[in-house]
Amino acid sequence: MSTAQELPVPEKKELVSKEEKTVPGRYYVPYTDIYETESALIMVMEMPGVEQNDLSILLENDVLRVEGRIDFSKYDGMEPVYAEYNVGPYARSFTLAGKFDQESISAQLADGVLTLTLPKLKEVQPRRIPIN
Amino acid sequence: MMALLPNPFDTLLQLQQALDTFRTSSWLEPSPSRGGAYPPMNVFNKGETYIIITELPGVNKADLDIQIKHNTIRISGTKSASYGETAGQHRRERLAGRFDRALTLPIEIDPDQVKAEYRDGILTLFLPRAASDMPKSIKVN
Repeated sequence: MSTAQELPVPEKKELVSKEEKTVPGRYYVPYTDIYETESALIMVMEMPGVEQNDLSILLENDVLRVEGRIDFSKYDGMEPVYAEYNVGPYARSFTLAGKFDQESISAQLADGVLTLTLPKLKEVQPRRIPIN
Repeated sequence: MMALLPNPFDTLLQLQQALDTFRTSSWLEPSPSRGGAYPPMNVFNKGETYIIITELPGVNKADLDIQIKHNTIRISGTKSASYGETAGQHRRERLAGRFDRALTLPIEIDPDQVKAEYRDGILTLFLPRAASDMPKSIKVN
């Protein structure tokens, strides 16, 4: 049902960061979906134009920070004639609530979408108790 | 004005400012072509080629349809973001749905020479200007 509706145009949200950047330029916040399954927390972030090598995922003190740079050198020699959106690197951090197996977090990038899988620790996973 | 600089996009800020300037460009005026406004697009000019760049993250190449007729381009497809019934949702920001956008360019293009590229969630269309649309030099006798 939801797939039949016409897509609206989202305006890119600029990142408002606590720390200031030393390089001029705007950062954008990637649109993110977060969902949970029995065994993992999955974060899906839209970062169009970011290549695998330009992606950094850092986990420190339960703060997960994702940053994606874009290669704007491909705009060399191009003159804009019309623009509807702006481009820039993406950055977003999340404070993780809950226990995750930090060693086995996995990331996958496809079609400009980053999928992070944070497996839950065995001890917090629901256990089915068999009845004898 | 920008061609005077050796590399107009030396810094990211310069690129962002240039794009900001062209947010009010009237190059692509509202045309009778029907369709929605998604995906948003940027248009660049490089030599005799016009380049349309759109961001379509998460769209499968197979779900993308590009049609060209004369100087009208139609980009349509489906963007999906579904994670199964059992998943518990914490945050939902990604939009999903059908899109269909048609635009008529103010230039004549060569439909046979149009190239399309989809990489890392970005669709790039290379539209060479038609020979008939090129300015002609006139010799003075």
